[in-house]
Amino acid sequence: MRYLPKSDAERAAMLREIGASSIDDLFAIIPEEYRLTRDLNIPRQMGEQEIVDHFKAAAAKNANGYASFLGAGVYRHYRPVVIDAIVQRGEFLTSYTPYQAEITQGTLQAIFEFQTMICELTGMDIANASMYDGSTACAEAAMMAMRVTGRDGVIVARTVHPEYREVMHTYAQHREAASGHPTQEVGYGADGRVDLAALEAAVTEETACVLVQSPNFFGVIEDIAAIAEIAHKKGALLAVAIAEAVSLGIVRPPVEADIVTMEAQSYGVAPSYGGPFCGVIAAKEKYVRQMPGRLVGETKDKQGRRGFVLTLSTREQHIRREKATSNICTNQALVALMATVFMTVYGKEGIRELALQNLAKADYAARTLSSAALAGAGKLLFAGSPRFNEFVLQTEESPDALNARLLEEKIIGGVALKKWYPELGNATLWCATELTSREQIEKAASVMAQITAGVR
Amino acid sequence: MATETAEEKFVGTTRKVTAHLTQNEGLSFEKSAPGKKAYRLAPLDVPEVDAKALLGDAAREQSAELPELSEIEIIRHFTRLSTWNYAIDLGMYPLGSCTMKYNPRVNEFVSRLEGIAEAHPYQPEALAQGSLEIMGLLRECLLEITGMEAITLQPAAGAHGEFTGILLARAYHQAKGNPRKTVIIPDSAHGTNPATAAICGYEVVNFKSNANGGIDVEALARAVTEETAALMLTNPSTIGVFENEIHRIADILHAKGALLYMDGANMNALCGKTRPGDFGVDVMHLNLHKTFSTPHGGGGPGSGPVACKKHLEPFLPVPVLERGGDGRLHLNYDRPQSVGRVRAFFGNFGMFVRALAYILANGPDGLRQTTEDAVLNANYIRHKLQDLYELPYTTPSMHEVVFSDRRQLRNGVRTGDIAKRLIDYGFHPYTVSFPLIVPGALMIEPTESESREELDLFVDAMRQIAREVEENPEMVLEAPHSTRVSRLDETTAARKPVLRYRTQNTGSRTQG
Repeated sequence: MRYLPKSDAERAAMLREIGASSIDDLFAIIPEEYRLTRDLNIPRQMGEQEIVDHFKAAAAKNANGYASFLGAGVYRHYRPVVIDAIVQRGEFLTSYTPYQAEITQGTLQAIFEFQTMICELTGMDIANASMYDGSTACAEAAMMAMRVTGRDGVIVARTVHPEYREVMHTYAQHREAASGHPTQEVGYGADGRVDLAALEAAVTEETACVLVQSPNFFGVIEDIAAIAEIAHKKGALLAVAIAEAVSLGIVRPPVEADIVTMEAQSYGVAPSYGGPFCGVIAAKEKYVRQMPGRLVGETKDKQGRRGFVLTLSTREQHIRREKATSNICTNQALVALMATVFMTVYGKEGIRELALQNLAKADYAARTLSSAALAGAGKLLFAGSPRFNEFVLQTEESPDALNARLLEEKIIGGVALKKWYPELGNATLWCATELTSREQIEKAASVMAQITAGVR
Repeated sequence: MATETAEEKFVGTTRKVTAHLTQNEGLSFEKSAPGKKAYRLAPLDVPEVDAKALLGDAAREQSAELPELSEIEIIRHFTRLSTWNYAIDLGMYPLGSCTMKYNPRVNEFVSRLEGIAEAHPYQPEALAQGSLEIMGLLRECLLEITGMEAITLQPAAGAHGEFTGILLARAYHQAKGNPRKTVIIPDSAHGTNPATAAICGYEVVNFKSNANGGIDVEALARAVTEETAALMLTNPSTIGVFENEIHRIADILHAKGALLYMDGANMNALCGKTRPGDFGVDVMHLNLHKTFSTPHGGGGPGSGPVACKKHLEPFLPVPVLERGGDGRLHLNYDRPQSVGRVRAFFGNFGMFVRALAYILANGPDGLRQTTEDAVLNANYIRHKLQDLYELPYTTPSMHEVVFSDRRQLRNGVRTGDIAKRLIDYGFHPYTVSFPLIVPGALMIEPTESESREELDLFVDAMRQIAREVEENPEMVLEAPHSTRVSRLDETTAARKPVLRYRTQNTGSRTQG
């Protein structure tokens, strides 16, 4: 087998040298009744070309050459080619966690740069080296807030990504059963933003954490300052989740937050049917010792040279075991490196220009698809609220019918929201990025017009 | 006693490495200058917008101080950084329980095929059958490999898999009326095991290993009660020894209604030779980034599928992949007893592609040969070093061997020092001071990916270091001598953490 660097002669010689009569001697410790005496029933060994053909066939069964207006937590952005040129280097791809700092300064310095840039973008003081994704980062943020405040109440906005909320519930379920404090959800107003009055009523002295998302699941930007005031008044922490990282180029960062949880998938990470992505937790400096996940710090060696190390490890599982701030071990390091390269390529000006283009594209798409002049136009919900690159359309046609018709033109329309927000009826969530062309937007508009022409 | 001059003291000969220049490189921020650019966006084909007009108060006032560099500077920056790293592509990692095997390049190629890489998790299932087929085939293969009956691919890493597995156990017990209170964990376990149990709301019962570093079955029988939810067992154990009384262990647990959770980190010793499902495991996780060759990438991403028996199937995270009557795969969200989601979307899909490519490249014979080579390699190392390094247990090793530093301690040298000296010989250190049950542990897992030549170089290095410990301990205590940075001050790094770069522009921010 081509990944195995031994000949049968070498195997035989090694067995002789260690005094084994056959390889079976080395497996004799397994009770006989459990030793497999047959081949595993899996596909036979394939050559490289066959493997490539297998996956090409799979790729061909997926959508190819479709225009897509899907967002909802996973965003299509251009990936600069230098990202793969760098992360495919074996010294990054096949390197281990940097516990031995002297021979992993490459990884450690790159993480230090990642942490720095995340702080700059989010307005926080400290950032970790990554969590699994945006959803688990929210669950971990809630637990972090509970450790910091000593309280166990959590309030989450309904405008947070529905799957993020599901994950938070999964992490919290046994704790809620034990404490009798279920996670509370707070609804949104006609403007598509967190209902501040409802939030005010919900926050108590038992609340550890208020968690909102901005831009929220509808693409609407929340009033972070107002939400922060409500949370802080009762001594609760504010955690802000960011699912569309590109927004930070043009949208004001949530500086009033205590914790920011981010999904950095937009920074040069392919959609890849949902993973691997790159969660991050960033926070105010005073919470550093309760931060989960790895942290890289700057230090010096014996000769006074600057170097980087994993630090504050007593928070982590390999030291503290059951008292650790999290059970996380493996994180998303290589994906964070992709994001690091992306942020470096775009840089201070590019990250702004990119976000501005997204804003322009989505604005054009929202106006075009909801235009009064368009027969079959959707109604743009939450029209008066600031938004980034996503918007919600409400249509007479059911999303299924609308999207089926769009698919005939090789367009994937917005995500139907009914299963999460039944009160919004025939609503769909649309996203336009710098990769969405004017032509695609106008094509989608003409399809919508044709549907109505057919109906009326 | 004759005094020796420094020149006469033994210093080993490094055979695997030669000193060579590496480029220096500062932080990206330190080379930044306003106006340098590495990007150019296509012109806007829609009308421009005024951000302030559209966003009002939500508009960003001050840009983030990201670096401004040209493309060549960025390529040089990261390329130079990469040359400071050790990696599997450069040589052996003897890290125990990490299974640092070859990361096949075809895996990287197929995961980047456009239809696979660009798939959005919310695209219509009819247009995602390729991705769903990949998940379906991987599931089938992993079920066959583990001998289990149901599986979820959702967890993002091993610890996440442990979390999911214990949640399944909890839900199972809850459905029977009592979630129970404790999880038994051997003192040889990886730190994620007790950390996970605690996060799931269980009290950890630390279980002392027996004289052979394994489970004291009689003591276990006394320890398991009706309040025990599960035993979390790594098999082979973290000292590389197969629990050959595993069926008795399973029986003891099942008799009290408790479950056997297996930490599958060490599957590289079992794949194709035996199956956890056959010897009584109720639920287990796998590490695709260990056994199944997906790359470590400097610390992640991983993937931690969880496989279980039928009685735990109703509780699996949602959605569950199923094949419909029409022959198409679809995701079933209607799972009333599910523990919920453990993450958004379906899991680290990119790692599924890589793991499946690895399984297809091997086939049943390749997987079996892989496991045999892994165990042969570990036993070869054990045989060639056991005269110089203390073996705390005489039980047979499988895919990894654990020594202790007891003999070297007589000269004041510890496992951590020997590990640092190994760096000078061109190797990454083995796992230091773990498992905790072996004082001064040296935990070595070569994997099947090492040739006899590489193993002999490793053995040679360890043997020379052993001699240095006797004749020239300072050489070892002050190691490494050949790296760009010497031992770093971790104490100050923790006491006064500097976790980000700052210029005078980035002082403290009150306003965005």
